[in-house]
Amino acid sequence: MTATDDDRRVDTGSPAVAELPDAEKLPEAVSLETEEGRRLASQLADEKTRHARKLLEVRDLSTQFFTKDGIVHAVDRVNFELDYGETLGLVGESGCGKSVTALSLTRLVPDPPGKIISGEIIFDGVDVMKLTNEEMRLLRGKRIGFIFQDPMTSLNPTLTIGFQIAESARLHLGLSNRAANDRAVELLSKVGIPRARDRMADYPHQFSGGMRQRVMIAIALACDPMLLLADEPTTALDVTIQAQILELIRSLSEEFGTAVILITHDLGIAAGMCHRVNVMYAGQIVETGVTDALFENPEMPYAWGLLDSLPRLDEERGAKLRTIEGMPPDLLKIGDECRFSPRCPYSREICHTDEPELTERGGADHLARCHGTEPGRGWIQ
Amino acid sequence: MTAQQAEQREAYQASPSSVSSLVEAENIKVHFPITSGLFQRTVGAVRAVDDISFEIRKGETLGLVGESGCGKSTTGRALIRLRELTEGTVRFDGVDLTTLKRDQLRKMRRRMQIIFQDPYSSLNPRMTVGSIISEPIETHNLASGKAKLERVKELLALVGLNPNYTNRYPHEFSGGQRQRIGVARSLAVEPEFIVCDEPISALDVSIQAQVLNLLVELRQQFGLTYLFIAHDLSVVRHISDRVGVMYLGKIVELGPPSAIYETPAHPYTRALLSAVPIPDPRAERRRKRVILTGDVPSPANPPAGCRFHTRCWLYEKLGRPENCRTDDPELRIVQPDHRAACHYAEDALQSDVGVAHIGAEAIKRKPFGAGPEAHKVEAADDVPATLVTDTDVHAGRGDSTRES
Repeated sequence: MTATDDDRRVDTGSPAVAELPDAEKLPEAVSLETEEGRRLASQLADEKTRHARKLLEVRDLSTQFFTKDGIVHAVDRVNFELDYGETLGLVGESGCGKSVTALSLTRLVPDPPGKIISGEIIFDGVDVMKLTNEEMRLLRGKRIGFIFQDPMTSLNPTLTIGFQIAESARLHLGLSNRAANDRAVELLSKVGIPRARDRMADYPHQFSGGMRQRVMIAIALACDPMLLLADEPTTALDVTIQAQILELIRSLSEEFGTAVILITHDLGIAAGMCHRVNVMYAGQIVETGVTDALFENPEMPYAWGLLDSLPRLDEERGAKLRTIEGMPPDLLKIGDECRFSPRCPYSREICHTDEPELTERGGADHLARCHGTEPGRGWIQ
Repeated sequence: MTAQQAEQREAYQASPSSVSSLVEAENIKVHFPITSGLFQRTVGAVRAVDDISFEIRKGETLGLVGESGCGKSTTGRALIRLRELTEGTVRFDGVDLTTLKRDQLRKMRRRMQIIFQDPYSSLNPRMTVGSIISEPIETHNLASGKAKLERVKELLALVGLNPNYTNRYPHEFSGGQRQRIGVARSLAVEPEFIVCDEPISALDVSIQAQVLNLLVELRQQFGLTYLFIAHDLSVVRHISDRVGVMYLGKIVELGPPSAIYETPAHPYTRALLSAVPIPDPRAERRRKRVILTGDVPSPANPPAGCRFHTRCWLYEKLGRPENCRTDDPELRIVQPDHRAACHYAEDALQSDVGVAHIGAEAIKRKPFGAGPEAHKVEAADDVPATLVTDTDVHAGRGDSTRES
């Protein structure tokens, strides 16, 4: 890739396929339909991965909600990076800030009451915080695809699904009605909807939950995004349908080299899908690492406790489940302490007085926020 | 609660087969009519539960798993006659529930209770916790005045809540605590049998384990018999003595967890197991998913023959045998105490589909909370729930999606 930073700025001018940096590199005659086109595309994706720059860099991101009861520290100084083509998991329980983090990345936090109060978000070389609303809209539509938990509420019940898929292709890729429709049919069959052309005129209620989520994925991929934000994409679905959807997200992200941020409370899904995992607790990232290392050797007691509290298909039956006592803290009142310390069986004096930083655990790839496992000083074996 | 009942669980654990049945369902059907037109003519029926038979022994926990719409909740409700049966009989401790009159049924209900899935909608927001829990005590005239209040406090303590919370309202509690209130309410009448209808599905991961442990403790303490309904196979395996797998209104497999999870004899059970995510990256890499194509067919119009044949991998593998399309397989014994409804259960038993990745080379960690450096954490139960939840934020999301 030789494109300079300026080339990679979000193009706000007349939108056309040829202006997309990805498409630029593809010879005109080659489309993603052909074997050759896909090979070229994946080669490009490889190139991107090797590229020194990250697709996404988030630095010191804080988002707060200003409510009548006070300030809710929903996301607190969050730092992370994402490589091109990488799948990153954001895991944690409800209220931990994982969804608000994703909304902040795309500046979709409802304002008021929410506000991004500090931080830098660099997406593909572009400083997201400095974009105008119009530029932001293009960035979201074209470069970032969204899949939400409940496909029924995120699809418009009064429009045909064909229209909803073609809409973004028309708007952002500047395709004619006919071309956009063809693209929609192509995407629908790609996400595994049989008789795609016949189903274009159907409305969302005519599809089952799993099928609707497939439609959502088709919309998300309509503009060939570089990043897919999937917020609990399978939580509303049954386990066999969940398996289908996860498989689909995985194969499409591999095929197109799309990076994925997968937000989930299900550690099993994170284990199977993600290259790296960020564990969030009370608005902070408390542990981040390559999936294998994190699952085998969690360095933050919350992550550890969460892993141990799950009944597993391969555990010995009848044993009492390990539990994390208590509940997450009130994000209105957070003091200068480790936020997990009131629930932590390993906490000591320092945990209640000093907030730990996210520090390295045997390499820059594995970070944890815990005094007890701090190399040299920690006391947890 | 009688001493005899408390011993039930122990007796069951000692020798499951010698214990008599508490609940027997015989050929039960629950059909919901589909009506159409001006006069609401019945044009068909959703066969939510379609001719199933099973029994639950005294002191036993029977788990019921399956995907949404398979009829597991309807089955649970039909057992305690919260849903009227279309056909069939349910006997509770030998008494046929289907013929009971209103009054007799109410007396019987003292012995059977239910815990609902959603701790938010199953508690009346205008009633205090005290009145929620004392309502069944009043209905059955079990105590009054001071004794009633004492009983309520005792129940709150029993489920791990502060006994002084009797004057609080449900909204002052978190999801996990509300579910504990639901448990306390069901225990108020000293029942023998509790239908747990997805009792932990709506809770957060770390809270699920707390409530699950509570249910296990209470079972031991009071010799309770549970029907435990859930879609999470790991949870059901953890708590159940026997497990029934449902698909489209039928029980397709029934047996002890060792049979269901290690040597499943129904291709659907194997497909389900292959789809369950395991929080272990190594197991995940070894997993070979059986991707079931398509969706579950409509229970209003189930496929002829075996209901699963339209999505069955074994049917395809065996070259689409004709009897799968024409004959509805019986739930038959394939191994001792292990029943499956599949013409080719023996072939399913032979395969390692769906289970090969489970267990082998699992990650071993030091158990959380163990070791000399750990101390006991007292659960502070007056911590308010986090104010901004993911759901609060979802509200603003619908519009944003359209904008993008």
